[in-house]
Amino acid sequence: MLRRLRPCALLLAALFWATLLGAQPLQAVPPLTARVTDQTATLSAAQRQQLEDKLAAFEASHGSQIVILLVASTQPEDIAAYANRVFNTWKPGRAGIGDGLLIVVATQDRKVRIEVARALEGAIPDLAAKQVIDTALTPRFRQGDFHGGLDLAVDQLGALIGGEALPAPAAPAQPEAAVQWMDLGVLLFILLPVVSSLARRILGRKLGTLATGGAAGVFTFLFTASLAIAIAAALLAMVLTFVAGTSLGSALLSSGRARHHGGSWPGGYGSGGWGGGGFGGGGFSSGGGGDGAGGGASGSW
Amino acid sequence: MMRWLFTLFTALLLTGCGYNDFQRLDEQTKSAWSEVLNQYQRRADLVPNIVATVKGEAAFEQETLTKVIEARAKATAIQITPETLNNPEALKQFQTAQGELGSALSRLLVVSERYPTLQANQGFRDLRVQLEGTENRITIARNRYIQAVQEYNVLARSFPSNLTAMVFGYQAKPNFAPANEAALAAPPAVDFGKK
Repeated sequence: MLRRLRPCALLLAALFWATLLGAQPLQAVPPLTARVTDQTATLSAAQRQQLEDKLAAFEASHGSQIVILLVASTQPEDIAAYANRVFNTWKPGRAGIGDGLLIVVATQDRKVRIEVARALEGAIPDLAAKQVIDTALTPRFRQGDFHGGLDLAVDQLGALIGGEALPAPAAPAQPEAAVQWMDLGVLLFILLPVVSSLARRILGRKLGTLATGGAAGVFTFLFTASLAIAIAAALLAMVLTFVAGTSLGSALLSSGRARHHGGSWPGGYGSGGWGGGGFGGGGFSSGGGGDGAGGGASGSW
Repeated sequence: MMRWLFTLFTALLLTGCGYNDFQRLDEQTKSAWSEVLNQYQRRADLVPNIVATVKGEAAFEQETLTKVIEARAKATAIQITPETLNNPEALKQFQTAQGELGSALSRLLVVSERYPTLQANQGFRDLRVQLEGTENRITIARNRYIQAVQEYNVLARSFPSNLTAMVFGYQAKPNFAPANEAALAAPPAVDFGKK
């Protein structure tokens, strides 16, 4: 009996040790919402914004994405493992090209790492990354000048990437967006009269109006992923349905159907265009291309 | 007619029971393994340069140096092909050899700290950075291989795809384990009294 219990006891002991050893969980990877993520409040808002603008300008001119992360500590992992984990979660760099770069600064550990995507290992080999760390980052970090160090490092890394023959940055996605607005407009233009008249007939005027508005809102939201535009579209659809449902509206419709639609729809279209500004100016998101295979270098100060 | 139905049935059965998944994951583990080998090769290629640089340092500890050279010779002598990959013994042997080279190299780097002229040598510092980068890449390549094998093994063992594995004779693949498991489990001996 004892003999049979022994493996059990051993297993339990092993489990016990495993939980003890695993007590220190890995550092979580913060969400990627900006080019510069500062979890330590080391940079002032103005400094952060300056770096952010610089990186955005670099991406616009060269296409490569550089992101910076400042954390207090990467314990229990070493900075290389942590940086690689962050890199492969964030995946900076253009999809299909994968030209991303990540600078991780662990202020408490006094360690820094430049993690380079596979696509950029030619432009920035480990030695070049180490040189940037040794000449730009660590001397300034030692003096407590984090912003100056990062600023200079971004300049140097930008020059290195600029020397590489990478595909040109894509033109701003404006034409594509316009086509999508057009699709949305045409779809709504054709669908809305049909849906609204059906809904009115089945559900009655009030409920039908609501249903049409709701459907238009959901549809627009799926299309644009913007709540504001969806609500605007829903309201517009409701107003149109309601007007079409009244006797006055029917009279207008039957007398000049084409003119009525022609008159009101450009308005709806215009509301889409007005929302487009908010859409285009939206937050930063990763290109989703970078694959970090451990390239880059680490340093400490 | 019956033949067509049978073909269709078999095709559906195979896709339903993960035959294609086996092929995909098998290929994935192979390419992950190639990457591991690639990075080990990169390290092995760096060693002669490091040895040459360190040799230039007069009075460098000969023992450490010969250990690195021997370990490299041993590690590069083992030929490993995708077929031997399914052989746990061969994998273990390969891993031990690479592990020895890794520890010989880290020992060399520790010893080199004692030689200020070597530390000041730009060539040596560059090689150090490259070696460090290669060790990082090896770690990541190994991790990816471990994940690929895990995915494959889960498929090979879970129902109903294990039936497919049985029919075609697919076996769970051996995975990496730390080369010196026993040494890792032993508590470190801490003794400040002795000098």
